Amino acid sequence: MADAPRKLAWRIGEVVETSPETPRTKSLFLEIPGWDGHRAGQHVDVRLTAEDGYQAQRSYSIASAPENGRVELLIERLDDGEVSPYLTEELRAGDGLELRGPIGGWFAWDAREGGPLLLVAGGSGIAPLMAIIRHRQAAGNEVPVRLLFSSRSYEEVIFREELESLAAGDETLEISHTLTRSAPPGWQGYDRRIDEEMLGEVAFSPDERPLAFVCGPTPLVEAVATTLVGLGHEPARVKTERFGPTGG
Amino acid sequence: MSGGFISRGFRGRRRRAEGDVRIPPGQYLVEGFPVLSAGPTPRTPLAEWSFTIEGEVDGPRTWSWEEFRASPSEEVTRDIHCVTKWSKLGTTWEGVSVDLLLDGVDTAAEYVVAFCDGGYTSNLPLEDVTGGKAWVAHTYEGEPLSPEHGGPARLLVPHLYFWKSAKWIRGLRLMAEDEPGFWESLGYHNQGDPWREQRYWGD
Repeated sequence: MADAPRKLAWRIGEVVETSPETPRTKSLFLEIPGWDGHRAGQHVDVRLTAEDGYQAQRSYSIASAPENGRVELLIERLDDGEVSPYLTEELRAGDGLELRGPIGGWFAWDAREGGPLLLVAGGSGIAPLMAIIRHRQAAGNEVPVRLLFSSRSYEEVIFREELESLAAGDETLEISHTLTRSAPPGWQGYDRRIDEEMLGEVAFSPDERPLAFVCGPTPLVEAVATTLVGLGHEPARVKTERFGPTGG
Repeated sequence: MSGGFISRGFRGRRRRAEGDVRIPPGQYLVEGFPVLSAGPTPRTPLAEWSFTIEGEVDGPRTWSWEEFRASPSEEVTRDIHCVTKWSKLGTTWEGVSVDLLLDGVDTAAEYVVAFCDGGYTSNLPLEDVTGGKAWVAHTYEGEPLSPEHGGPARLLVPHLYFWKSAKWIRGLRLMAEDEPGFWESLGYHNQGDPWREQRYWGD
């Protein structure tokens, strides 16, 4: 390479707010001095350091739009985790949080890249897709978007109210939910795991050449990506990212 | 570095035991085998599969699946380290040594690009895939390598971060000049040595 790339420096962000999203997830809002911005879909590495010098690192997707000055990280608490219980239970406004980023140039979208966009999320896999939705909104972009969002139950639908409000004011943003464990009485959405029939109903047709972003637990991502290719979507236009206890 | 920053209230649940000297800096141990890939899992029928050595060589060499599987395999047990921070210890693979695949090839190349179904590529110095350091693996823990983990065959270069162990490999291109692969063009380190924590550009 002609120029030696600059090292992605560790920075100390300040937690300015924490906000529970669902029983298992929490948003952290950070102000990060020297932050150069990010592309929607990218992530950061977080590093925790104990007093005896012990360190642990994990990656978290950025849920906020690049247009927003504060960086929002969505954290899902994993009961047997080492880092997520600290971030969701111990960390509070005023604390510092060491991180570096943004990282990842593939699972990212800029409003100038166009669409249409097919977004498929499982659980906390919504985080980078929320950044894309918010970025599109902030940029005043009207690329048609369809989001298919799989959650375990109604209470566990992350960003539910904001998604409803965004879709209510935007004809080009269509949101479909599926609840895989329990659905409230009178539920109008899907109530099973994402399958070929559901994707056939929700997704744009392959002729419309949507750009697909799929993020969630590995079984969901594998099934959705394979099904989309089977429906005739170009593999090169299906981008995937895995989330979960063993996925980083 | 961290400049002495301490995360208030963080103690760390898992302490490093003596056996953990096998875990590079910034990594944590997993028992499962996480799947990471940038797109859909390719599924090339074995009848259409081939493996090719090409580029800076007198003439390309190609193996069909049957020919590849008839080549002598080695069993190796190694620790593997993913740039997304997980490490898995003592994984057992069977595969054909890259030394064997390159045996008798006359080349002035100093680099290789592993190329794959689905368009994925990863670049490596030739010296990192020769001398008993790399294999084209077809078997994991005694079973045929599954598609989501890179089957029918993936490169195995366990001394580097695992994205270098390209899934769904179809060949090696010998190169006079280094040329960044897929992740190496998207912000990830060109060399990727986990013991030097070379995750991203500039590390």
